[in-house]
Amino acid sequence: MGNETIIRTENLTKRYGDITAVDTLNLEIRRGEVFGLLGPNGAGKTTTTLMLLGLTDPTSGKAEINGHDCTRESLSVKRIAGYLPDNVGFYSDMTGRQNLIFSGMMNGLTEKECQDRAVHFLDRVGMTEAADRKAGTYSRGMRQRLGIADVLMKEPEIIIMDEPTLGIDPVGMRELTALIRDLSVKDGRTILISSHELYQIQEISDRVGIFVEGKLIACGRIEELGEQLKNEGLYMVDIRVEPADERITGLIRQMDGVRSIGKKTDGSLHIESGKDIRKGLLTMLLDNDYTLTEMHERGGDLDEIYRKYFEAGAAEQRPEVPKRERGQKS
Amino acid sequence: MTETMTEKSAAGSGTPKEASVTGCSAHKETSANRIGFRVLYRKELADHLESTRLLIMLLLLLFVTFASFSGAMSNLSDAVKNSTEFNFLKIFTTAGNSTYSFVTFIGFLGPLFGIMLGFDAINNEQAQGTLNRLAAQPIYRDTIINAKFLAGATVILMTVFGLTGLMCGVGLIRTGIVPEPEAFARVLIFVLFSVIYISAWLAIAIFFSVVSRHAATAALASVAIWLFLTLFMNLVASGLAGLIYPLTGANANANALNNYALQIGWNRISPYYLYTEAISTILNPNIRSLNLVSILTQSQNNAIASYLTLGQSLMIIWPQIIALLATVAIAFAAAYVTFMKREIRA
Repeated sequence: MGNETIIRTENLTKRYGDITAVDTLNLEIRRGEVFGLLGPNGAGKTTTTLMLLGLTDPTSGKAEINGHDCTRESLSVKRIAGYLPDNVGFYSDMTGRQNLIFSGMMNGLTEKECQDRAVHFLDRVGMTEAADRKAGTYSRGMRQRLGIADVLMKEPEIIIMDEPTLGIDPVGMRELTALIRDLSVKDGRTILISSHELYQIQEISDRVGIFVEGKLIACGRIEELGEQLKNEGLYMVDIRVEPADERITGLIRQMDGVRSIGKKTDGSLHIESGKDIRKGLLTMLLDNDYTLTEMHERGGDLDEIYRKYFEAGAAEQRPEVPKRERGQKS
Repeated sequence: MTETMTEKSAAGSGTPKEASVTGCSAHKETSANRIGFRVLYRKELADHLESTRLLIMLLLLLFVTFASFSGAMSNLSDAVKNSTEFNFLKIFTTAGNSTYSFVTFIGFLGPLFGIMLGFDAINNEQAQGTLNRLAAQPIYRDTIINAKFLAGATVILMTVFGLTGLMCGVGLIRTGIVPEPEAFARVLIFVLFSVIYISAWLAIAIFFSVVSRHAATAALASVAIWLFLTLFMNLVASGLAGLIYPLTGANANANALNNYALQIGWNRISPYYLYTEAISTILNPNIRSLNLVSILTQSQNNAIASYLTLGQSLMIIWPQIIALLATVAIAFAAAYVTFMKREIRA
């Protein structure tokens, strides 16, 4: 994996009226890596991908792919970047193969080249058998796989995928993630994948950016993310004490820096705080005659972090703009 | 339009070095865009030609053509009784006892044909989820709408040309009237003018296909406008003219001329009326003017009854031609601008 930056955004911002869909996004993606853009629905992931492809103009800031400005030189960008939209569609009265050939020809390939590539990529995504059926008869999973073949037709250096596994059954999901991983490892393509499904992102990505309400709140290798968030004042610790009575929750809540405390189903306590409270916690427990049986420091766990931000995002409940309406504005 | 886009992409370069780099990539972009345009245009054309909908419409038009032809045949001998020249053109303009003439049919059904070709141009792509995939190919966004409009216009040209050719051929065989070169030229102008007229409706339909999410809404909106302008504009025009220059009461006689002029003015909003005026002039060299006042003065001056030359006929309908071209341009520009401003999302 090289260290050369291939996708770069600088203060990329997109506003729809009063709502800021993407807020001063600064992102750097290196050549050959799989970058996961993780965030709840409506976080601005799709808007970001659209701006990268020049399908939407940013309100301010800029995005660059391979040195080409995504707005001004969108054609140069679109030549090297493939886009797999969420819920990808095909011309229903054409077969899967014809759809692929059409895409290939749109990219300036000859019909012969298109046919060869179509055979190759249909095989790769496991769609050879269904290739000569009308695309209108395909299931969602098949469309998604054909979508990948479609993106590959232009042999892109960069593939941008928007929620590629949305609404796909677990088996199909596993196949799809393996396929996507393959595109990076075997072919050395750069992949930007946006999703709200944590496990899938965790599995595929080299680096992850957590995207909430248009802001990138954390970015880095999965192991590093916990540390990053800690520096921003989020500490999480799970403890198990004896006796596990009600008084202890009250005592912990009174401690300096503790933001919230919750009881888990297995009886352990989950504490979130704005600073490191471990030392104070121990002395407090000692003073009050509790025995500490278990103590886990959380935070390295992406799940925890993600849930935290998911909840934070949901709690504030900014007015959700349905995608449809948004499309007609601007 | 492609050129302007390229200029726009080249205009952003600051330093000379940057300019040359951008210029080079702009050149590559243009050629990639041209390839994409050609491929898309060909696909759209194939889609139209293979569609059942076109087949049905063509069958309907063929049926209508033959109906109008046989109608014309039955009345042709009366129609040519007093004329010596341009009898060939009468095949197109003579109506039967129970059918309309060919040109009336085209004027009436042509819009429907144009609407049929355009009402689902953009919204169907969106519904199928293919629009963003298409837009992510290396083409400028306007290429999509340009290719679609041009493919539709090509189908219109082929259809009108084909039907008129059929009329000419069968007419030649059945009547034995040999068209003068000028008659032939007039028929060609009729074809071109019909293509412009129907393309205006294509552009209107494409505009609605950009604006409304559902193809059905777009079709209904276009058809509503078509019906209004074709059938009811006349009523509205006479109503409005009657309000402003009443034909009853003290000034009735004085108002008559103004009333009529105003009525025609309102009617000319409708492309159908413009088309009818232009076509009847071009296919009938006897029509010397579309202006009531000059028609009246002419008869007072006892002008010699003779045919107008082709140039003179064209001169009369020049405003109509320009107005129809403007309708196409405005409708297409509206569709173009809305489409370009529109956000492409699934």
